[in-house]
Amino acid sequence: MKKSKTEKLRKQGSGLLVASPFLLPSLIGLMIFSLMPLIISGLISLTDWNGLDQLMQPGFFKEHFIGFENYKTILTTPEFWKTLGNTAEYIVLYIPFMLAASLLVAYLLSRPRKAIGVFRVVYYIPVLTSWVAASLIWKSVLAPQYGALNGILEIFGIEGPGWLLDEKWAMPAIVLVSVWKDMGFFGLILLSGIVGINKTYYEAADIDGANGWTKFIKITLPLLTPSIFYVVIVAMINSFQLFPQIMIMTGGGPNGATQVMVERIYQYGFRYFRMGYAAAFSWILFAIIMVFTAIQMNGQERWVHYDD
Amino acid sequence: MKKSKLFSLITLVLAMLMVFVACAPAANNEADPTEGKSDAQVQTPADKEDEPAAEPVTITYCNFNSSGGNEETLAKMVAAFEAAHPNIKVEVETIGYDDYFTQMQTRVAGGTAPDCYELNIENFAAYANKGLLAEISGVDVSALNETALNAFNVGGKQYGLPESFSNVILIYNKDLFDQAGVAYPTDDWTQADLQVAAEKIRALGDDIFGIWQPITYNEFFKVVAQYGGALLNEDKTQFTINSPENLAAAQALVDRVLVSNVQPNAVQQGGMGDWDMFMSGRLGMIPTGIWAFQTFTDNCDFEWDIVVEPGSTQKATHFFSNCVVMNPETKHPEEVATWLAWLASSTDSADIRLAAGWDLPALKDLNALSAYLDITPPANREAVFKSLDYLVMPPVIEDYALMSDIIGQKLAAAAEGTITVQEALDQAQAECEAQIKLG
Repeated sequence: MKKSKTEKLRKQGSGLLVASPFLLPSLIGLMIFSLMPLIISGLISLTDWNGLDQLMQPGFFKEHFIGFENYKTILTTPEFWKTLGNTAEYIVLYIPFMLAASLLVAYLLSRPRKAIGVFRVVYYIPVLTSWVAASLIWKSVLAPQYGALNGILEIFGIEGPGWLLDEKWAMPAIVLVSVWKDMGFFGLILLSGIVGINKTYYEAADIDGANGWTKFIKITLPLLTPSIFYVVIVAMINSFQLFPQIMIMTGGGPNGATQVMVERIYQYGFRYFRMGYAAAFSWILFAIIMVFTAIQMNGQERWVHYDD
Repeated sequence: MKKSKLFSLITLVLAMLMVFVACAPAANNEADPTEGKSDAQVQTPADKEDEPAAEPVTITYCNFNSSGGNEETLAKMVAAFEAAHPNIKVEVETIGYDDYFTQMQTRVAGGTAPDCYELNIENFAAYANKGLLAEISGVDVSALNETALNAFNVGGKQYGLPESFSNVILIYNKDLFDQAGVAYPTDDWTQADLQVAAEKIRALGDDIFGIWQPITYNEFFKVVAQYGGALLNEDKTQFTINSPENLAAAQALVDRVLVSNVQPNAVQQGGMGDWDMFMSGRLGMIPTGIWAFQTFTDNCDFEWDIVVEPGSTQKATHFFSNCVVMNPETKHPEEVATWLAWLASSTDSADIRLAAGWDLPALKDLNALSAYLDITPPANREAVFKSLDYLVMPPVIEDYALMSDIIGQKLAAAAEGTITVQEALDQAQAECEAQIKLG
């Protein structure tokens, strides 16, 4: 017998009632550490707060309120557009390179072979390494004269560039390190996608005499698009928030070639004592990420295939 | 459905209320804290001693300078202080340098700053100009070096006490000077003498360089003083970054890399640190801080010594000092002032500091430091104190960090040769004027 709709809903309602006490602790956590800072930073972005004066003083907001002045200043300074351009350069280089590397990792790890577990761990190790340690090691690997990378290039008769010290090569170098660090993580997500593909498709293809490449292009790739979609969205959001590797490897240099938005936000908030400006900057960053994610969400129907 | 939505809404509102109540400032029974804040002065009457010994007062002290090796030295100082002042207990909190200033900023803004804490000179300016520090008065600080003391005096009020100091001297590799047949530098050398020697040492080999002096903001404000220039006018109301004197100074620094190449460019340096280059015997001279002595003593397998840094039209030497400051909201201003004055200027504290080889106390009477002079190398250790005659202070303004970043970036571009020195200073001047309000 089918239950009536209202009865079903009532049951759900009482379920929420029962669940509430259990939800409350994490709800409070979310409130204190996510929602409140979100609201407060929105308010701060409308002030000229220097980050040192006590915020909780009565009348503070009224006294320091400057409307959308911070937003106007940011959008009219060349610095903002330059950092946005640098971020764009990073994304354009990083996403395709990372995707190709992760796919390769996922594909290699999906093939049955001896000691596959060892390989899976090896590719995942960079993900677990702290960014600080990884950045410091790569900084020495990328050193122009005595670095390992240019040493290897020299064996093949190639004179390596100045990498992090060269305006043109600094961002590609950051991309290289980021791909090395992230391909294990994204590769793992893609691997689970590959493993989840129904074997019967491949069996059918074998009967039809398809070779490995055709199977990859016609079966694996299309059925992997939901995973790829997820990877691209996450990678894009991460790219806009690019920070630790820049902070440690170049500090925004050489000559501002690797200055990105989060680096600017940190500098304005904690070194230049312009917290209102920094808060406005982070809201602009949020808006940009929002817009890009929305575009991708809307565009997914065109290329993402869900295997129902 | 409606009910459950309403319920979750109520839960949300309740939770938010709880949060706001928890975050509100503790009962506002004190007078308006904004009152008299810009003029944060704490009276410390000296005649309170007649009260019988009451419960010991506990004060909190935050610092970064003891982290990474000198925590125990500081603990010894605290023990010595508490033994001499049984009515005061000092609770020390040590935070690593990397986290210290963000933490301190958050605490000050949140009203939970410690009674007293340590600041470096850049942050001191920002804090003092924003009225976040109390005047330290009612204690005897006459033992302290006056230049150092003045650095922390704003508008006639002593907002900080210099706790320690270090400075920069010119360190040179004696072996390379011998090989190049050049006489050792003296305290009377000028930049011209230095250039001649650097060129002769550079000629010794492809991998050997005359000098390494960073082309950064920190180096620049000192070198312009050596050429008679400055980054700001006297009353700090205007930037003078692209003045002819400053241009000559910057040009001399950049030419060493791009023209005479007595100094390696980034690629020639190949990611090797400046100290490592010196210790590997590839640098004739390096102007660097006295904190390099121990490392160089341990790692150089050649003879080295020091002299006062050469000037151009005049001498000018670096001076770095950390200060200790008082929170205007402390409940125990007298005790805090007593502790800070003891820490900065007492001979007891100086002895412990020197015995541990930490850094130098900023004392006027250098006899207290005689033990320090006996340690060699360097043989010419007196140059450390002779350098104090030519101190230049960084041009401290409220937006110090922003100014130093702008100038530093332009200088780096000039050192790479992507823009000319003239362009670099013109751009730095324009950007500083656009982004920083002075006075």
